[in-house]
Amino acid sequence: MNPFNLAAINFAWLPILPLITVGIGAIVVLLAGVRLDDEESEGLGWLSLAALAVAFVLTLGIVGQTGVAFAGALAVDSFSAFFELVILIAAAFTILMSLDYAGENHLAGAEYYSLVLFSALGMMLMASAGDLIVIFLGLETMSIAVYVLAGLRRRDPRSNEAAIKYFLLGAFSTGFLLYGIALIYGATGTIKFEAIRAALTQPMMSNPMLLLGLAMLLVGFAFKVAAVPFHMWTPDVYEGAPTPITGFMAVGVKLGAFAGFVRIFLVNFGPVSMHWSQALWVLAVLTMTAGNVIAVVQTNIKRMLAYSAIAHAGYILVGMTAAGPEAGSAVLYYLLAYAFTNLGAFAIVVALERRGSVGDLIADYRGLSSRSPALAGAMALFLLSLTGIPPLAGFMGKFYIFAAALHQGYTGLVVIAVLNSVVAAYYYISVIVAMYMEEGGIDTGRLARKPALVAAIGLAAIATVLIGIYPAPYMSAAANAFNSASGEQAMRAASLNP
Amino acid sequence: MVSLSWLMALSAAIFVIGVGGFLTRRNILVMFMSIELMLNAVNLAFVSLGSRLGTMDGQVIVFFVMTVAAAEAAVGLAIIISIFRSRETVHADDLTLLKW
Repeated sequence: MNPFNLAAINFAWLPILPLITVGIGAIVVLLAGVRLDDEESEGLGWLSLAALAVAFVLTLGIVGQTGVAFAGALAVDSFSAFFELVILIAAAFTILMSLDYAGENHLAGAEYYSLVLFSALGMMLMASAGDLIVIFLGLETMSIAVYVLAGLRRRDPRSNEAAIKYFLLGAFSTGFLLYGIALIYGATGTIKFEAIRAALTQPMMSNPMLLLGLAMLLVGFAFKVAAVPFHMWTPDVYEGAPTPITGFMAVGVKLGAFAGFVRIFLVNFGPVSMHWSQALWVLAVLTMTAGNVIAVVQTNIKRMLAYSAIAHAGYILVGMTAAGPEAGSAVLYYLLAYAFTNLGAFAIVVALERRGSVGDLIADYRGLSSRSPALAGAMALFLLSLTGIPPLAGFMGKFYIFAAALHQGYTGLVVIAVLNSVVAAYYYISVIVAMYMEEGGIDTGRLARKPALVAAIGLAAIATVLIGIYPAPYMSAAANAFNSASGEQAMRAASLNP
Repeated sequence: MVSLSWLMALSAAIFVIGVGGFLTRRNILVMFMSIELMLNAVNLAFVSLGSRLGTMDGQVIVFFVMTVAAAEAAVGLAIIISIFRSRETVHADDLTLLKW
């Protein structure tokens, strides 16, 4: 076979139009900002939002198409469309939170917004990857941009420290991921997902090279999704990074990483799930338990939310351990619910923060309900959704995941997960208690002057309620997405709707 | 001709040296060099596997990895410089502002 047969490559531009739009948007924002002062960067934010909106519409336009593009390097299916839409929404929320924040904190606006767009581009690339090298490129495009974003408050030593810790451990984990890719390439002779899946159906596949490759790939992804014991960087980085970026890391980076994780492990390595599901079982238990237990003793709200993000990665890993179409759809639904809830919570943290990091302590939230009832109400809503109180989005997500795991016979795992939810309720509700039943805290300032931030909080709150009380369309979209990636028509997950 | 297993063993050895260096050394620049060592070990594995399997993939990936490593080096060194400006240290154990 001639390796340079260009005619065999299908240059379908349509499926990557959203990615191109985001990429061009990032470059335009960067160039447009050259002559602007850092304080007048708000226009660049609106420009980025416009690019994201165009990409959103273009993605909606290709929903329902299936196939591969660029000789199998990109997968075009509902799975990538689902993740791309959620990632675009997460990036748009991040920018809405940043419009006032970036100016107040004298962040370099052009770099800030274009890096958000570039990392969103990397996440979308991971979601639509059709081979292992695109996964790697997407992961790095996302990560390198986020390393810089974490350290963008250059004069703040805490921000520097967050950036270097994230960078060192991120680059370290990339080494493992790449070595895993190399070994899988060696074992199966290909990097294309379709060919790998075909190769894995043959019985020779308990090849030690493949198993070692799988293990290393698992380590690489576990770092990126902050699974215990590969989570050490998470709280430090989340605390030191600018707060809207922390929200972006907790939601966007997780979406991108889980998109790749689910596509590789659940979809394409499904045939060898007996080799990895036990490792994921252990990871899930460790991640949930350590995340929730350590979150209890936190006094800084950003660190608390960081450990909560670790714990939520654990719940998602429960779904991944269960494998199969039902669990896969539940994982996608959970990520959607988690995205809106967490973005809302971080938007509130942004609203309360003054001059860098004042107002980040849980003690600063005392008595918030009397000073700013709406803010306290929204925060309570998000925290209750994170706890998993019906009828909010977080409850439905947990319900679907636990139900899927039970149907696959993972009773012990579900028991541990439910016990963990009880521990989680303690630290989420203690913030609500502080807001409603204690006094003190800090002044919130005038929020009415920040319409973008208010809009972000309001939209996140509406989405959190809506996805929770009317989950059917979102669940069927998630099921559709997962099935289109795995090529199965069976819509078992649809029967799960209560 | 050197056999594939020798090449893979060399690559694994370099990778392990990189991991060991990252975990034991506390100077950020040396940790960063260890990461580069890991990436180059991977590159060696890719080219040897690619030539054994007779497909282009392994050879092409190396260029991607090198490009990404260069981008990572640019960002990493910039972050190290900004750390050095604010703290006058490149020692990982001195970075203790953030911890629980």
